[in-house]
Amino acid sequence: MLRFIRSRLLEAIPVLFIIATLTFVMIRLAPGGPFSDERNVSPATLAKLESHYHLDEPLPVQYLTWWRKTLAGDLGPSMRYGAHSVNEIIARTLPVSLELGILAITFALIIGLGAGIIAGLKPNTVTDYAPMSLAMIGICIPTFVIGPLLLLLFALRWQIFSVSGWDTAADRILPAVTLGAPYGAYIARLTRAGMLEILNQDFIRTARAKGVSEFRIIYKHALKGGLLPMIAFLGPAMAGLLSGSFVVEEIFDIPGLGQHFVNAAFNRDYTMIMGTVLLYAVMIVVFNLLVDIVQAALNPRLRLE
Amino acid sequence: MKQRSPLSIRRYLLPTLIPLLLCSCGRDPVDKGTAGQPDDGVPQILHLGNGAEPKALDPHVVTGVTEHNIISALLEGLVTEDPKTLEPQPGAAESWSVSDDGTVYTFVLRSNGKWSNGDTVTAHDFVFSFERMLSPGLSAEYAEMLFVMKNAAAFHEGTITDFSQVGVRAVNDYTLEITLNAGTPYFLSVLNHYSWYPVHKPTILKHGKMDELHTPWTRPGNYVGNGVFVLDTWEVNKVIVVKKNPLHWDAKIVRLEAIHFHAIEKALTEERAFRAGDLHVTGTVPLDKIEKYQQKSPELLMVSPYIGTYYYLFNVEQPPLDDVRVRKALSMSIDRAAICTYVLKAGQLPAYHFVPPDTGGYTSQARVTYDIAAAKKLLAAAGYPDGEGFPGFELLYNTNESHRKIAEVIQQMWQKNLNINVVLKNQEWKVYLDSTQQGDFQVARAGWIGDYVDPNTFLDLWITGGGNNRTRWSNSDYDNFIATAAATSDAAVRFNAFQKAETTLLDELPIMPIYLYVSLSLIQPGVRGWHPTLLDHHPYKYVYLE
Repeated sequence: MLRFIRSRLLEAIPVLFIIATLTFVMIRLAPGGPFSDERNVSPATLAKLESHYHLDEPLPVQYLTWWRKTLAGDLGPSMRYGAHSVNEIIARTLPVSLELGILAITFALIIGLGAGIIAGLKPNTVTDYAPMSLAMIGICIPTFVIGPLLLLLFALRWQIFSVSGWDTAADRILPAVTLGAPYGAYIARLTRAGMLEILNQDFIRTARAKGVSEFRIIYKHALKGGLLPMIAFLGPAMAGLLSGSFVVEEIFDIPGLGQHFVNAAFNRDYTMIMGTVLLYAVMIVVFNLLVDIVQAALNPRLRLE
Repeated sequence: MKQRSPLSIRRYLLPTLIPLLLCSCGRDPVDKGTAGQPDDGVPQILHLGNGAEPKALDPHVVTGVTEHNIISALLEGLVTEDPKTLEPQPGAAESWSVSDDGTVYTFVLRSNGKWSNGDTVTAHDFVFSFERMLSPGLSAEYAEMLFVMKNAAAFHEGTITDFSQVGVRAVNDYTLEITLNAGTPYFLSVLNHYSWYPVHKPTILKHGKMDELHTPWTRPGNYVGNGVFVLDTWEVNKVIVVKKNPLHWDAKIVRLEAIHFHAIEKALTEERAFRAGDLHVTGTVPLDKIEKYQQKSPELLMVSPYIGTYYYLFNVEQPPLDDVRVRKALSMSIDRAAICTYVLKAGQLPAYHFVPPDTGGYTSQARVTYDIAAAKKLLAAAGYPDGEGFPGFELLYNTNESHRKIAEVIQQMWQKNLNINVVLKNQEWKVYLDSTQQGDFQVARAGWIGDYVDPNTFLDLWITGGGNNRTRWSNSDYDNFIATAAATSDAAVRFNAFQKAETTLLDELPIMPIYLYVSLSLIQPGVRGWHPTLLDHHPYKYVYLE
């Protein structure tokens, strides 16, 4: 297992290198710079600003400097929020985004697994159609519709939750539900399909013939195999949850990293773009690795490969 | 730039993951109106929607409105503003006098002016601040605001290096003398711009060199100001809290205990927070909500004239726009009143000249007109009778719903009235800025908000080679008029020069004014002392809640 993890981590190095390099080149190709504004910045001032951020050096030098500093753990100063470094902004906002993402995936798992298992047990009945229709709706409605809708009902009309902010435990509920709902729906459908496939297999029939209780069949035998497609989905889902939290963060006014990830590109905040892209890339690699490990643990066939 | 909290991603990421799995809830709740002195039962804590996260809180570095709103609470210039008229009032200076020719201002600072750490505010603080603002090393984008001061431009550009030659002098601890290049009638009002605000010398030098960019002096705990409020907390992308400064000389009239500036970038989110009662005043109003508020609760909607003009730029080097007759025809054939009534809908006014009317007492006599018949004649004279053979052009705007709507309407008006076709093109903000700066456009949308209440802030845009003159237009008469206005102390001569300049501008039309901005906000009924003003400034000293 350790060898597997090590080889996957080694594979990640060229991936991260390519992502960082492409990002570096692409943001420099984009027209405009971090300091352009409606009010013109005088050439002398612009030159000074650029030299302050070492943008006047040749690109290869900048690129190497960036790597050198990044490997030392310093992502540089933000070019837009001058008084704050990229490290600092990430340190303040990443925990918020992670918390939101983890709550959302937890919500998605609870809802998705529950609905998927119930639906998979009795296919083509009411207990199948009802959760699956809901899941279809969950997949189809984008978060920027669900979010404001939930706010309208639960915050403005019934005033159960506050309309924005990230202060109390209750503030977490609506954003997590909004962000988690579409993933919950996917998970429900994947789980149902997985369960259907497993429940029709011979070893389940054998177990039933032996008189094993239904709960035990599901819990002990079916679930392990039935969950495999869902777990494969979790890696990309986690990545999507984190980078896709931008919309939800905006709707609920949550001070997370997602906003910086998107706005940095609009602001041409070069250091911030590089920092957030690299961070997300690392997270995606890590989550995929975690998923691979879980899959290998659940599925002996994968382990042998 | 120093890094204050260097941490490696790996070292950071893994430890955060684990506690988060256990879900930490209920951290640092913002006191939403629980603290504060209940004068008459209402906590005096003002919650403001303040748009995007400010770039910085250093008055000599920033450039935006968001930043102004916060910095004007933390620092105080020589003069302050009347909450209704924005007329200069005593601030750090308790009185001032002006020499007969209007070029030498002598400010007498109050002896009870205090920094938030207890130090006395002296004339030397202002000298230091102006030197810092002008020092070539700081790369202050607004340094040119100080160029009305004698030798300021030369010092900034490095042609003189001795700051004592610049027109500012501390006669003694409480007397500051400022010498200007020429009588500048708007000088007192420009002192309210944050580029003229003082900073606390020991604090600046404690955290870095005088001209060092982005040192940690603006952090809570470090920030020493002389304003009505002091910086309490700064949570990036969330909220900046300022609390009443008990050491301020006028603290006894200040009723607010604290102001929370919420960074809410999305107008719809801000409006929801307002509806839920979390905000007292919003920074803006979502376009499609304006009508609803006008109909259902007009008392919550504050629409006030704003010193700004929305216009189109013509690239006068590009055919067919190099022909003034074409530019005039284009300008004459759009119905500005209809755009305001049917597209903008929030009380914006059609702009028939570039400087908004009654800017510092100046209203342009020249006007552009709406005259389709004359426009057709001009177009025919330019060689395109009834639009025949007109080569067309691209109309560029930055991606935005409102700009798109206006561009579409104007495209239709030109099509209908002149029988010409133009192509709409939108670009993301920074790309658009790049295109217009490089001259890579034919017609482009633009807007200008005055920095101070005087026609000069609008008209000096179009001088030859001006940094903001993206039209490539150059007219020596125009340049002379602006130079004449800048050199004189006589108000009549000055306005006369501006009139001539604007007449020339509207005759040549390198730009086409479209409408006058309004500032839009939602305001709760209990907010007192918050008046509509031309610059959208609201001195917090006078604001309270009921």
